[in-house]
Amino acid sequence: MRAFSSRFSAALPALLLTTTGLQAAPDPDNWEAVLNEARGQTVYWYAWAGEQRTNDYIDWVAERVEAQFDIELTHVKMGDTAEAVSRVLAEKQAGNHDDGNVDLVWINGENFAAMKANDLLFGPFAEALPNFALTYPEHNPEVVTDFTLPTEGYESPWGRAQITFYYDSETVDSPPDSIVELLDWAEANPGRFTYPRIPDFTGSTFLKQALIALTDEDAALYAPVEESDFAAVTAPLWDYLDALHPHLWRSGRQFPATGPEMRSLMGDGELALAFTFTPSEPAAAVADYELPPSTRSYVPDGGTLGNVHFVAIPYNSPHKAGAMVVANFLLSPEAQAHKQDLAVWGDHTVLDVGRLDDEHQALFALDQDNPAMLPADALQRTLPEPHPSWMTALQDAWQARYIGN
Amino acid sequence: MLRLAPVLLVILLVAPILAGLAMAMLPAFGYLPALGGDSVSLDPWRALFAQPGIWHSVAVSLASGLVATAVSLAVVLLYLAAVTGSRFDRWIRRLVSPLLSIPHAAAAFGLAFLIAPSGLIARLASPGLTGWERPPDLLIVQDPWGLSLIAGLVVKEIPFLLLMSLAALPQLDPERRVAMARSLGYRPTLAWWKVVAPSLYPLIRLPVFAVIAYASSVVDVAMILGPTLPPTLSVSILTWFSDPDLDMRFMASAGAILQLGVTATALAIWWGLERLVARLMGIWIARGGRRQGETGLRVAGKLWILLVTAVAFVGIGGLAIHSVAGFWRFPDALPGSLTASHWAQALPSLEGPIASTALIAVVATLLATTLALGALENEQRTGRYPSRALWLLYLPLIVPQIAFLFGLVVVMEQLGTRPTHGLIVFGHLLFVLPYVFLSLSEAYRRFDPRWSQLALTLGATRNTVFWRVRLPMLLAPMLTAMAVGLAVSIGQYLPTQLLGAGRVTTVTTEAVSLAAGGNRRVIGVWALVQACLPLAGFIIAIGLPKLLWSNRRGMQGAP
Repeated sequence: MRAFSSRFSAALPALLLTTTGLQAAPDPDNWEAVLNEARGQTVYWYAWAGEQRTNDYIDWVAERVEAQFDIELTHVKMGDTAEAVSRVLAEKQAGNHDDGNVDLVWINGENFAAMKANDLLFGPFAEALPNFALTYPEHNPEVVTDFTLPTEGYESPWGRAQITFYYDSETVDSPPDSIVELLDWAEANPGRFTYPRIPDFTGSTFLKQALIALTDEDAALYAPVEESDFAAVTAPLWDYLDALHPHLWRSGRQFPATGPEMRSLMGDGELALAFTFTPSEPAAAVADYELPPSTRSYVPDGGTLGNVHFVAIPYNSPHKAGAMVVANFLLSPEAQAHKQDLAVWGDHTVLDVGRLDDEHQALFALDQDNPAMLPADALQRTLPEPHPSWMTALQDAWQARYIGN
Repeated sequence: MLRLAPVLLVILLVAPILAGLAMAMLPAFGYLPALGGDSVSLDPWRALFAQPGIWHSVAVSLASGLVATAVSLAVVLLYLAAVTGSRFDRWIRRLVSPLLSIPHAAAAFGLAFLIAPSGLIARLASPGLTGWERPPDLLIVQDPWGLSLIAGLVVKEIPFLLLMSLAALPQLDPERRVAMARSLGYRPTLAWWKVVAPSLYPLIRLPVFAVIAYASSVVDVAMILGPTLPPTLSVSILTWFSDPDLDMRFMASAGAILQLGVTATALAIWWGLERLVARLMGIWIARGGRRQGETGLRVAGKLWILLVTAVAFVGIGGLAIHSVAGFWRFPDALPGSLTASHWAQALPSLEGPIASTALIAVVATLLATTLALGALENEQRTGRYPSRALWLLYLPLIVPQIAFLFGLVVVMEQLGTRPTHGLIVFGHLLFVLPYVFLSLSEAYRRFDPRWSQLALTLGATRNTVFWRVRLPMLLAPMLTAMAVGLAVSIGQYLPTQLLGAGRVTTVTTEAVSLAAGGNRRVIGVWALVQACLPLAGFIIAIGLPKLLWSNRRGMQGAP
């Protein structure tokens, strides 16, 4: 089949002219050469597109890289990042090793672990990007760690997420401030809280958050799950969930599919308390008329799970140079400050703002006074993500316990 | 050239499906070298059957497919039996047809918002009638028995089966049959059931099979309305295919093959039910009752279709309100404020997707119509009875999309094709062609042969007969078939997204990816846009013949 495919492209010289797939991969250490090669390339960026604000920001990035670097950036809209992973996998399965469709992909966590483990990624490149230094990885290890896995330069940091709770202040006076208090609160307010159905990402994060709060063996969570006694470590979690479920929305017989669906239920007044992985989401949803103006957000005292999201380049991308230039632009103070602006997207920066020079620091100055928004210091109470194997193990155990009964 | 049309038709449809199925079959038995699977094993199947709730999923898929089809068919037949040609009946018929153009997902969202505890009905009744200040904690949407899923499917399948029945009815000459039965003392509705229904069913059997296959493997409607713990098999398969853990692909492929088995089982069970019902009907007809049950049947015929139509329209109305809604607190019957901002946000990004959607739909429909006409004309000229091989045409409707599309992508990659509009048109053709053929074939085959014979005796060639007599006289059914084709193409999500590598955005891919964000206001905007495009096709299909043949009443086609 490869032979046929080569002949096919040979019969179409025009096709060869438009692809650079047969060239050697660019060397990220020679940035001048990368910039030169990137000029005129079209970069296909596969990114989740469930949010108008995110899409608008990516449109803005496309305008900027066109103007600054002569790169045509196309946002390929995904409902689920796995679609991009599937595409690269299908290409590898078919022997297409140098002319893939995906040039850049918005990724983190399990998807990254899976792509890296199956050699579907190009790299290392991230640490060679000129703007990468602005993240000061020696002070911020989370920008080079994805769910405890070292990224080893196979993905470049882009933004930050952290579990943030939100509630309707008109119906809730004092929201619970810890996982343990949450159970009492749910008992007192039956049917007004739930979490997304496992294996949803946000729902799985809630399990991990609860596990961290309930278990005594925190250290075990940061090593592969095989190295500890899963049943013993997670026993308090299942006791907790068994006690919690009868007081959840629909008595725990049904769960919303995703975080956004949970937000819809908040808007409909079915729930009174919910959480999200995007700290700016409640404020943005108020602006979009999805949530009542009386919505307030907070991070419980003990802190919540947080992580960094990244962009990566598949191993068979024909436009690696262009993709690297885009990844570098995403790390620029200009792009990061624009992204953090609540009027634009509100996604937190991965740059170490305190260490930037004054001119760049000024870009990040907070001028937001939105009651639905988190206080600026709330996001400092960040708990690191456990090893990714815990997520899979928890998902399997949850499904075995609560499905079909 | 013409003789090639049926062959081309079958190859074009069957080859990709078989190739796609083969590529799904390999990983289902552990063979997928790209993921390190290079030996054949049964492990994926063991993993599949060890999934919690897998048999529950299978049962829900099977049951919802069968029940939804049975209910839709019953409502359509009840309505047709009760039709008396009154103004009310024509009014209903005119209301039902446009429902065909509403995308399944949009109809499902509409229904979900209608019946949810915080939905439109609860809001209208609260707090006045119910005393609810907050939405009650009731499990209505996504119930574990799949009832809301069945309701959603029924709303969408009734218009399809009705259109197919209306296309097939004229050749049975139902008025004369009913008149004959009435002269023997049968009441009109009973007469229709006893003398028309048994002859009508064989003519709409294929569309019914397509409905069973669709309903037992549907993804989008099941995600919105179907049960969740566990979901239907098709939804589970999609979840496994999109699991970050790539080793799940093996099990997902096995699931895709299992889905094929579930759909085949549903068809087999239906076939058994057909036998049973035929026997019961035989006894019932032979007993010769002339009056009993007449009123009940007639009332049910009008009531059910009215209810379904009303539900669909109110649901869409709910989406329309959402698309301009400000914040809408429960239990307010209307949003607190109205805003154009959702539309204003969407408008700038509409142009590209609409252009792609229209281009793909028009090209796919034109190709499909040409091929279908070629095959049908060939049938007329050779005078041969419709070949058995044409059954294969319906393969794409009966094999679940999810079972072969993932494999088809691998095949296309191996052939070195690039994701372009052309490839997507090809993918859409798989689904557009059967529907166009289904809609067109009856009208074409029952076309009075005397018209052609007359033209031939006047010295016209066969080609002239085709272009100057047959085509113009069949304009109305042809345009209806094309409108159906356009609607089918516009609604395609998986083929567009998979074959286009996500690079080609249509209104539907845009709507689905935005739906992932769960913002009902944005969903409302896109669902309306998505529904308007095929509606334009139906309006042209109904309006154009009336305009062209305004001076020839017999040529204007059915309303």
